[in-house]
Amino acid sequence: MIESIVQNLINALQWGSFYALIALGYTLVYGVLTLINFAHGDIFMVGAYIAFFTATLALTTLGLTGWAALALTIPITMILTAMVGVTLERIAYRPLRRKGANRLYVVITALMCGLILEHANLAILGASRKAFPTLIELEIYHIGGVTITNLNIAVILVTCLVFAVLHYIVTKTRVGMAMRAISYDKFAVPLMGIPLDNIIVITFILGSGFAGLAGLMFAMSYPVLEPYMGALIGWKAFIAAVVGGIGDIRGAFLGGFLLGTVEIMVVAFFPSTLRDLIAFTVLLAILTWKPTGLFGIAKTTKI
Amino acid sequence: MKRSLQCLVFISLTLLLTLPALAANTIKIGFNIPMTGDIPKVGESSKFSAEMLKADINGAGGLEVGGKKYMLEFIYEDNEAKAESAVTTALKLIERDQVLAMIGPNSSKQAVPAGQVADDNRTVMVTPWSTNPDTTYDRPWVFRAAFLDPFQGPVAVNFAVKQFNAKTAAVLYDLSNDYSKGLAEILRDEFEKKMGKGTVLAFESHGTKDQDFSAQLTKIIATKPDFIFLPDNYNQVALIVKQAHQQGYKGQFMGSDAWGSSELMTLCGDDCKGLFFSTHYAAAGATGATKTFIDRYTRKYGYVPDDVAALTWDATRIVLQAIQDTGGLSGKLKKDRKAVLKAMSKIPSFAGITGDMKFDEQGDPVKCAVVVRISDTGDFEFTESVCPE
Repeated sequence: MIESIVQNLINALQWGSFYALIALGYTLVYGVLTLINFAHGDIFMVGAYIAFFTATLALTTLGLTGWAALALTIPITMILTAMVGVTLERIAYRPLRRKGANRLYVVITALMCGLILEHANLAILGASRKAFPTLIELEIYHIGGVTITNLNIAVILVTCLVFAVLHYIVTKTRVGMAMRAISYDKFAVPLMGIPLDNIIVITFILGSGFAGLAGLMFAMSYPVLEPYMGALIGWKAFIAAVVGGIGDIRGAFLGGFLLGTVEIMVVAFFPSTLRDLIAFTVLLAILTWKPTGLFGIAKTTKI
Repeated sequence: MKRSLQCLVFISLTLLLTLPALAANTIKIGFNIPMTGDIPKVGESSKFSAEMLKADINGAGGLEVGGKKYMLEFIYEDNEAKAESAVTTALKLIERDQVLAMIGPNSSKQAVPAGQVADDNRTVMVTPWSTNPDTTYDRPWVFRAAFLDPFQGPVAVNFAVKQFNAKTAAVLYDLSNDYSKGLAEILRDEFEKKMGKGTVLAFESHGTKDQDFSAQLTKIIATKPDFIFLPDNYNQVALIVKQAHQQGYKGQFMGSDAWGSSELMTLCGDDCKGLFFSTHYAAAGATGATKTFIDRYTRKYGYVPDDVAALTWDATRIVLQAIQDTGGLSGKLKKDRKAVLKAMSKIPSFAGITGDMKFDEQGDPVKCAVVVRISDTGDFEFTESVCPE
């Protein structure tokens, strides 16, 4: 019994890591722009595909070993995915912001961008799934009755590292201070000489870059890629971000793990057919008790 | 200017007048298949197989019905592997494209609702791959080319008990898929009937879009079953088998016919080697007409056809056979569809490449099932054949 609880805790940490990584991107953009970037789940999907092509190229054409390929794939995936995020901001969100459009229209634009990414992928690469190549040999450790793989450990560590880096950037650096300032007052801050557009671009670089990293880790853990893989996990990560208190880095991190834990534990102790029913009832109860989420601060205008 | 306009009008009028005359010499068959969505390879196999058949018949001058040659026109519509899209696709084919008969949908998830549409609109539908009894149940217009889950279930159970020497089992299935859920329940009941109550140690489910199965697997592995039943689509099989191995599970899996896609091994790789599943035909070691089909398909498209390809070939040929048996088409759609239905139910026995079959009163074929083993080279090797008594 105790073994299966520990095993499920490890499962929950691994699964929650992905929610947390994606939720961080949602919350970062929301924190600065108060924009819910619904395309984020699909940027994650694009990241997984970029990782797939880079890794395949590195393994076959360049003939690198697994570790070297991984070392090459990580930066390339993050850079290219960040470019996709910035491009979206440039061609879809910035023109609307310039015209002073209501936030609602920007959110709808984001939803459409997500659908465009999904269906562009479907049109270009076709509907058949891609199998992600094995980069590092999987090692399975048995401790008592509990099994854990090197990949599990890597995923959990990477998530904690990403959280630490983002938390440091937002709270300790000048860029982070500018981000927080823009979130506080979008109109006064540019008057102080802070380049609004640059800061927003940096936000998108951070959010999308780490979505790319999440895509890579995800593809390594669940090596079957398809165009719609980002949709459901993206929405659930958004819910995790809201439950944690959207706009707060700590909230997204904890919210992700919370959602992962609830989902896994429901399956572990109840019939698995009831999973989503019970999991989301729990989240609903949390939001009823604290409508702004665990770390959220009440604001008068929200979408 | 005026003259050219007149000329244009004249040409369009002639075209309009001749088109129906041309159309009268073609037979339209609709294909309601998943070309995108969860199981795109299934749709691709169906389409490739049908294209090959069409090229054969049209290349020989067309299909002869009642002394007149008709060209075949196959219309492929994508149902996105969704139940609701399968319904609209069926309506589109029946109403707009005015097809004489419809092939597909393949998976029971789409075939059960689409079967209702075909039956209501009085159009013959033959599903190649659907094994859920509800697809054809009480629907005179709906037929299938595959065996039924109540037949497949016992085949899988008996084989697993004998091969793995199993006393206990666990089941993991897709809750939102009619096929998976229906078969999972049959497997559970059948196993408990054979081995005694409580021998199915875990009966767990997941959603169609799920990618993480760790919690279900932890629960299943903790009960230490002799093997795991996995009546799931091939894309999920790849993830589930890999994750079970990551959790240290070294036991056997027993699969069902939805495993049999040619994409299974690309996605699953080494993890799936040595596993068994029940299916419609075994490509490796086939003989006769089946071998000819496999060789031609492999040469044309570059991979060994899976069971869907073979079943689509059979399903389409049954329909064409029925059309020929009508003894002549009147050109009136309603009447012709009815004639096809009549001819369908009169087909005494049909020699298909997936085995001989004849239809019972529900429109279901009585045919054999095979169990295949995934070899170390990734081929689906024939292990055992089970026929209905």
